[in-house]
Amino acid sequence: MRIAPKDVQSFRDDFTYTNSPEAIRRFPFPFIDDEYRYSVNLEAHQPKDGEGSVYEKFLDIDEHYLSEMAERAKVLEAMPSRCLAMPHMDIACWDLVERIMKSFVQDYPQYFSLTTNGDKWLWENKLLSIKDEFIFGDSTSLPMSPLEYIGRQVQGDFSILDQRNGDLFMDAGIITCPADWSLAFDAGMSFSEWHGPVPMAHSEGIFDRALKYLTMLQVGSPVRRLNWTLTVNARMDTSPETYSEWGHERASITPENVGEKIYLRVELQVIDRLPRSNALSFNIRTYLISLEDLVTNPAWAKRMHRTMKTLPPQLVDYKGLTRFHPMVIDYLSQYDPIK
Amino acid sequence: MLANKISVKVSAVEQVAPSIREYTFTAADQKLSSFSPGAHVVVEMASNDKTYRNAYSLLSDPLDTSNYRIAVRLQDKSRGGSAFMHEQVKVGDEMRISPPSNLFAPDWRAKKHLLLAGGVGITPFMSYLPEMQRRGCNLELHYMFHGEQTGAYKELLKKELGNRFVSYDSDLKQRCELKSLIKNQPLGTHIYICGPAALIEATKAIGQELSIPSSMIHYEEFATPKPGKPFLVDIQSSGKTVSVGGEESLLEALEQADVFVPNMCRGGVCGQCVCTVIEGDIEHRDNFLSEDEKVSGKFIMPCVSRAHTDRIVLDI
Repeated sequence: MRIAPKDVQSFRDDFTYTNSPEAIRRFPFPFIDDEYRYSVNLEAHQPKDGEGSVYEKFLDIDEHYLSEMAERAKVLEAMPSRCLAMPHMDIACWDLVERIMKSFVQDYPQYFSLTTNGDKWLWENKLLSIKDEFIFGDSTSLPMSPLEYIGRQVQGDFSILDQRNGDLFMDAGIITCPADWSLAFDAGMSFSEWHGPVPMAHSEGIFDRALKYLTMLQVGSPVRRLNWTLTVNARMDTSPETYSEWGHERASITPENVGEKIYLRVELQVIDRLPRSNALSFNIRTYLISLEDLVTNPAWAKRMHRTMKTLPPQLVDYKGLTRFHPMVIDYLSQYDPIK
Repeated sequence: MLANKISVKVSAVEQVAPSIREYTFTAADQKLSSFSPGAHVVVEMASNDKTYRNAYSLLSDPLDTSNYRIAVRLQDKSRGGSAFMHEQVKVGDEMRISPPSNLFAPDWRAKKHLLLAGGVGITPFMSYLPEMQRRGCNLELHYMFHGEQTGAYKELLKKELGNRFVSYDSDLKQRCELKSLIKNQPLGTHIYICGPAALIEATKAIGQELSIPSSMIHYEEFATPKPGKPFLVDIQSSGKTVSVGGEESLLEALEQADVFVPNMCRGGVCGQCVCTVIEGDIEHRDNFLSEDEKVSGKFIMPCVSRAHTDRIVLDI
């Protein structure tokens, strides 16, 4: 049985966000080695780990669906520019609408339905009580842009990358829960440009290889990887645009509250070729788990302790962990026989 | 390998020029997907003694998923593929193709699209045009061909495009003045070339002379693997030795010997099949590796490139 969406919890102010035992069990724990190592770690996005796993469906809907959609609506209301699409990306946005709607009705028929009659589409989202008829490909037939329309109904951020001259360009996206990066800033940048700030990986040739791999991605062969950082509080929207609201929280960590306030933030990134536009959709689906909840799994606690200890200082800085990284290690060391 | 091969049925074969036939594929078991303008598929041609695999541009409307269409020119010196298509393939046959991939997509930011087609190189533009017309793009198509052999779809294109279409039949001594054509384009024009290497090279040279950024000149040239001297390949991992005949490509010889190398365009463009060379000199014939990579001698694109020496060792 998959867990059904529960009532709305908050990712800001009073932070009522919680993970159920089942959500903890299925959490995509990212560390596969005791020693931290940089890697592109791309694999085919095929179902893995059986029923209820985050890898079971093309897009994972979990108990936080309603909460994340409510959070996204708040972010977009305050900052409409979190959803951008350059004019030449219109068809790619429609590609994404189709990809998401069709995978939703196939994977979650209890929540969604789609009836198509040529270009005339009737879409129903029972979770959000949405029912709309529109003309596929006609952006004026929806109450908002196609990217915002579908983005408000799916967990995780999406950027859409245009492919030109063997490179990828961030020419569209709906980004409301970024791990400290800005779509408005990165818009129009090439693959190596938006990865500019990442330490170490450039000299190791990781981005060159990743770019070649991604530009060759074929329709119907999506790939995934996990990325991670640590976040103070269960805050989804850690964007540069709102830094004044959350940056200072890094100074609020003490040895007493570190387990409760530090969250491991894992991004399940799924990259998929869009058929009509030849663009890539890049889905960044964020999962948050407090260290307190994480250490209920002894294997994870031990592994995470060792990984944090071997994290290169450049990455500690880049991920913004400098202020509390030693406290995280101390906290986790309680669960590891090797201190 | 063709990952996720699609089974299709040949539902029509039509002679569209003296040496060009058009093949219509309809889905056999799974539905065909939409594709993007400029996309191609790799068609697997299983003859009695050998399996040929060639890449062909899709030439139908990308939004029409009821069928895919390709056009095949019978090559004067066919290595087997185009001759097989022309002589063996009949309506009702089942074939296998790869999913569509695209190495030649339009740049939709262009203020104007100038399309230059040579002969059977008209095919990718056949999928550009419906989408460009839908978007109301500013475009011009210049089509060069030998009327006695090629020139498919010219009447249809004339009808569709009117004065935005210009044709040049070299058998009627009609010539395209490339330089003045390119020189007179408005700023923001992107140029697309699909045709023989000479047309691509000439356009690139004119572009350079006129200081047009290379990012505004797009071309697709599937190099067909040209024959060469036979040679031997040692496979490092298995110790196996594969012999490559003069008429076949290294990639084909590896496949014949059940040595698996991922690949896609089979024409030295996409880079999927790159292999690491441990020993031996390479004759590079691809458009993928950089000059530095070629000079380093560490890599080979087995779809088109060959050994200079009698024997090479590959890290596969």
